[in-house]
Parts: sequence; structure tokens; C-alpha cells
Amino acid sequence: MKPFLEITNGKKVSRDTIPHLDVDTFCDNALHIVQNGGKVVHFFAYEDLGTTKFLAVLRTDVLLAAGCDAPESYPSLTRTCEPFHLFEREIAEQFGILPQGHPWLKMVRYHENMRQMPDVFNNDYTKDIPGNYEYYQVDGDEIHEVAVGPVHAGVIEPGHFRFNCIGERVLHLEIQLGYQHRGVETLLLKAAAKRLPILAENIAGDTTIGHGLCMAQAVEALASLQVDDGAKIIRTIALELERLANHIGDLGALCMDVAFQVPANYFGRIRGDFLNLSLLLCGNRFGKGLVRPGGVRFSLEDDVRKTLDERIRELKPQVEHVLALIFGASTVRARFEGCGRVSKKDADHLGLVGFAGRASGLAYDARRCFPTEHYPHLTIGENAKSSGDVYDRARVRYDEVLQSIDIIQSLIDKPVDTQTVEGIMPVLPPSSFVVTVNEGWRGEVSHALLTDEAGGILRYKVKDPSFHNWNGLAMALRDTGISDFPLNNKSFNLSYCGFDL
Amino acid sequence: MIDSILLWLTAILTAPFFSAVILKVKAFFAGKKGPPLLINYYTLIKLLKKGSVYSTSTTVMFQLGPVVSCASALTVLLFLPIAGHSPVFSFNGDVILILYLMGLGRFFTIAAAMDTASPFEGMGAAREAYFPIICEAAMFMILIFFYRMTGELSLSAYFAGTGSFALWQLAGAPLLFIIIAFFIILLTENSRVPVDDPATHLELTMIHEVMVLDHSGPDFALIELGSFCKLFFYAAITTQLMLPFDTGIAGLGLAVFFAGLIIVYMVVGAVESAIARYRMDKVPQFVLISFALAFFATIITLELIT
Repeated sequence: MKPFLEITNGKKVSRDTIPHLDVDTFCDNALHIVQNGGKVVHFFAYEDLGTTKFLAVLRTDVLLAAGCDAPESYPSLTRTCEPFHLFEREIAEQFGILPQGHPWLKMVRYHENMRQMPDVFNNDYTKDIPGNYEYYQVDGDEIHEVAVGPVHAGVIEPGHFRFNCIGERVLHLEIQLGYQHRGVETLLLKAAAKRLPILAENIAGDTTIGHGLCMAQAVEALASLQVDDGAKIIRTIALELERLANHIGDLGALCMDVAFQVPANYFGRIRGDFLNLSLLLCGNRFGKGLVRPGGVRFSLEDDVRKTLDERIRELKPQVEHVLALIFGASTVRARFEGCGRVSKKDADHLGLVGFAGRASGLAYDARRCFPTEHYPHLTIGENAKSSGDVYDRARVRYDEVLQSIDIIQSLIDKPVDTQTVEGIMPVLPPSSFVVTVNEGWRGEVSHALLTDEAGGILRYKVKDPSFHNWNGLAMALRDTGISDFPLNNKSFNLSYCGFDL
Repeated sequence: MIDSILLWLTAILTAPFFSAVILKVKAFFAGKKGPPLLINYYTLIKLLKKGSVYSTSTTVMFQLGPVVSCASALTVLLFLPIAGHSPVFSFNGDVILILYLMGLGRFFTIAAAMDTASPFEGMGAAREAYFPIICEAAMFMILIFFYRMTGELSLSAYFAGTGSFALWQLAGAPLLFIIIAFFIILLTENSRVPVDDPATHLELTMIHEVMVLDHSGPDFALIELGSFCKLFFYAAITTQLMLPFDTGIAGLGLAVFFAGLIIVYMVVGAVESAIARYRMDKVPQFVLISFALAFFATIITLELIT
């Protein structure tokens, strides 16, 4: 038997079939897979009948899973393999398990662990101000440190950024998040079953469909619910509309950051137009209340479908025109090109996903590699670029905007028939496990669900693509002018609440 | 004398209006309605009605900044010939005083920013101190040009009466260079795109705006008024370089002048709409263009005079 079991995206497996290894074999094999080009999808701990266990889901061309009993401390995997970095910190925080020799062991979200174990970081959680943690420091007379946030000038989410600079040049940026920690994972265990899809949709507001799909697919896989083809098409349209609205909004915001106001204003308006298409689809601009286990709550009637088609026909030339305006402007290219470069090697080490990864040459796209919904019937082109700078991150989005419009147009040119569902949560089978992976607009969104002997949810693990990509932003800032930080930040546009959970 | 003082007051009172023209032009390019043309007056009145908030960690330096910077801008306008009329004050060498009066205003703005000990404001101050150094070189090059042309060192000699028309007759072609050079200085000194972005809310990218983040109420009103006047000063000189017409008819000269001013402000708005901001480390190259242009213009005139 191979140490790691091959599993399928969105297919239920019995928990008994997941290999339960001893700690050393588990660590060795996990390291071996990741060192040979594998990536970490999930690595988390959970409590089962009084014992704490690890479970890792890795991906190569396929998804691989294995678990082991969690030790109280173990030699850190991050020392040899960077993609485990944040996952180990998260486990240390959530379960008080110490990864020995972890190069930068800091808390992730500042909360007590779930087992009432002594805190790994010696934090006192009764205090208001997060306590015992250091920031990366650079010494020298000419070094100055700039602290930004957690309260920002714009109406945005909170996060603390610490820059070590020499003059205008950034030597290192450290990002401390966790200010939006709401306890999503524990809440998902306690909440009434009917609230689960709503909670999932609100993990990160701009990835409503992405997280909603992951939850719905996980429940469907466990309860063996069949989703009809029409619902799959509507879900695909909704996910692509979400991608369009966000990419277009961000491209506009990128222009705003370089004071190129005309496309910024046009795209600000066009983003709203695409949000309104989601409104047309389900009555909510962010697609809330559309995706439910078993299907969708709103069908795509012919008159709605025609209106959708007309509006997209109207918007497409406008989008193309503004895109040409942005990418044809030499002053914009001068700002984007060569700014905030993340090399393919670094992106690979950090395990970047989504458009940020593709900009650095990592072609991975969950829509192509682990297709769900209607994606198996679609061809998703490779958008990988090579230089990994702001320009390429914008350029990948450019490609994806046009792709998404084509996908939607190809899906709405024939009638879509579906039986709407009300989203009543089914009974879940006991001792089962499922992982769902979807390509949200930011990248790989993934949920993992474990049930206990009685069919209750034992552990619900959520992972937003931002969990992988925040360190990519920190890496992009190295040797970049501090005045280019907002531009780089917007080029990644990561989620704070998706990370903070 | 009376009409000079009246013109000086007109300049101060209309400066906020002209700055709103830029906003209107930008809004036009963006397909928006934009704020009303009197928006800056509303803002000034709103600010003057408020109270100022002072951090306990700041000193009197912080409170001096807005007062001195506004006062220096108003004083500079006293030396500005408007629509061919003589300025309130004028003497040989006043251009040097004008340059350093503006330098004084900048010094106090920078000192007030440093006084807050905020890392943002320190960064803004460093940038604000750096770019005008290059501007100053270009400014002196332009002064050398004017001095060679007229043999005088006062603004009224260049622009009052038939001064600017005489300049065109002497050296029209090099004067085109000077106008472009001066326009670049205008953009740099007044924190306009492509050097700075007055509309951004991102402290890390700001130059001028970040230094005045901590000022509030009447203090901020003074800063705003000072910057409107400063922009008016540069725009007025550019206008008079461009439209050297001395008609002799009292009202017409003023009308031409104010029409020219509006054109200059509209061009600023159009530039802000047409191009993105330069990367911070490319800005010096852009500013140096103005020096190079002024330098060439001066060299060409060497040939003309001798």
C-alpha cells in the first residue's frame, strides 16, 4: 500500500481507508511528495475520540491524503520545505502542537488553542493587545521601519504591515494578520445545519460563490446528492461572473493606484455592471443565496437568460476597449513592468496559487486540473506568464476576463433547465471524509470535511487562496520601492477575512 | 497701486476657483459630473468652521507650518504681475526673494511634518525636499535665460507692460522650450500627476499630501489656500509667457489673461487624465527634462545675442 491515498476532488472516502501512518513515515512521505513538486492543499489537526490527529492533503497531478497521530511536538517540516510554513503555525496555534525548529514560529490569528493546552507562543489572551511576538528586524543606522495599519486610510480590512526600508527601498515586509478572526472553523461545528451554507458564503464576501461551491460540493459528495446539469451550468456561470467582477474591479483599482483615472473610473462602473448580472441571476450582487447543497435556488429562465446574453454582448466591447486603453498606455506599462517581481522559484517555494501563481509561471488552475461542475466540458487555456511582476499579474487577469466572458457566452446560448432546491441539509454519513477544490477568482479555494461515528461534523477545514499568497506579496516587495506597495498589494488583492477565518 | 492691490486680492480670491477647473476637467475625461466649480470655497469654509486638533507630541513648529506656508504663498503673489499690470512690490532681484520665499514655506511645511515623528510624514518630507532641488536648478536656468534677454532680475521686467511681448520678439523659439520647462516645474512644485497624485488615499505613495495628514481645521484650510495660491502663481506666469498680448484696452487684457489661466488649468487636468503617474525613482529624470530644456534655450540665446 502506498503511504498516501489517492483521492478525487469532491468524492467521499471512508475515513478508515485514509492511511494512518506513524509520525515519521507521515512526515517523510509528505516531505518527499512536496519536495518533488507537490503542493500542500490542507495540513491540519483534529480531535477524534480524545486523540489529536494530523491530516494532510497534498496535490501533485492528483490529490493525496494521509494522516497520523499528532505528537505534542515534532521536527518542523518547514525547515526543509517552505510550503508547510503557515500550516504548521496554524496547527501550533489551533492545537498547541510545537513544530521544533520552525524558522518563524509566530501566531497566525491570535486566539487560544482548541485543546486548552499551554500556549506555544506564551501569549496571554486575556490582554487586549496581542503580546509576545517579535517582528523581523534589520539593523543599521540607515534602516528605518514603517508600520502601516491595522487601521488603514481607506475603507478596507485590517492588517498590519511592517516594512524594513533603506531609503525608499524595501528590504523586507512582514505582514501580521488575524484582526478579523471570527472563529469560522469552530462556528461551523456548532452552528445549526441549515446555517452552514450561509456561513460558508460569508467566509470571504468577494469569494461567496467559491466558498459556497466548496461547501455545497462537500455536502453533496458526503450525502450522495445528485446535481442536475442545469444547476452545474448556473453554478459555473456564477463563479465566472464573480471572477469577472473582481478582476475588472482590480484592474480598475490598479489604474487608480498609478493615477490613471480614466480606465479606473470606467472599470469601477463596469464592475458594478457585472455584479448586477449576479443580481439578475439570484437577487444578490455577490451571489449570496444561490448555491445550496443539491443544486441552486434559482433557475435560469429564458427571459433572464436572454437579458444576461444581451448585457454581456453590450459589455464585452466596452471591456475590450478599456483593456486596450490600459495595456496600450506606455505610462501604465512603465509602472507595471518589472515592479514587484516574484520569480518562479520563489513562487514555487511559497506555493502560490491562482493568478498570482500563474503570473510567476505556475500553470496550475483548479478548473483544468481538478474540474468540477461544468468545467470538465470546457477548455480552460493555460495563462501562465513568466516574469511574475505586476504587469503579468494584471495580464493574467486580462486573459481571464476575456476567457470568462467567452465561457459565460458559450453557456447561455442554449436553454438551461434545472430543478431548484431549497437547500435543506441532508443527513451526513458517519466516518467519512471529503475534500473539495475549486478555482475561485483568487485561486484554489478548498474545504475539507470529516464526519464522526454519528454523522456529525468532526472537523471542517477551510482554506482560502489568500492563505498561500500573502507571503507572495511580502516576497514581491523585496527590493521594491515602498511607494509601489499599494500597487503590488492591489495586484494580489488578497483577502483578510478569508485568511483570518 | 490700488489696482495692483485689487488684482492681488482677486488672485487670492479666485485661486480656489481655478483649482476646481482641474477637477472638472478630470471628471469630464472620466465621464463623471464632477464636483461643483465652487467646491474649494465650500471646503475652505467647512475647514475654517472646524477646530484644529494638535497631538500632544507635537511642538509649536507643527502649528507654524501652515501659517508660514500660506503666508509665503500670499507674499509671493504680491510680486506677481497680473495681466500686464505692475505688481504690488517689485525691485531688481525680487525673483531670488520669490524663489526663497517659496523655499521658506516648504521648509516650514517639512519641519512641521518632521515634528509629528510619523514615519509616513518623514518619508513625504524626504521626497518633498528632494524633488524641488532639481526644480531649483531648472528655475535658475530659466532665470539666467530671462536675465540674458532683459538684463533684469525682477518679474515685473519680464511680464509687466510689454515685457513678455518683447521676450517673444527677442527669442520666440527658445521661449517655447521655457514654457514647457516651466510647465514641468508647475506640475512638480504643485504635486500634480505625473509627479504626485493629489487624489490618492495611499500614504505610502504620497509626496505632498502625506506631510499634511495631521493638520486639521483652519490649519488645513491655510495649507489648502496656500497651495491654491502657489498653483495660481505658476499658472499665471505660464499664461503670460504664452499670451504676451498687451492690447492697451483695460478690460480686454484681463479677459485674455483669465482665459489663458483657464486654459493652463485645463491642460493640467488633461495631462492628469491622459497619463499615469511616474514611478518615484523616475521622477527626477522627468524633472531634469525641464532643466535640459531651459539649458538649451539659454544656449540658443547665446547665439542670438552676440
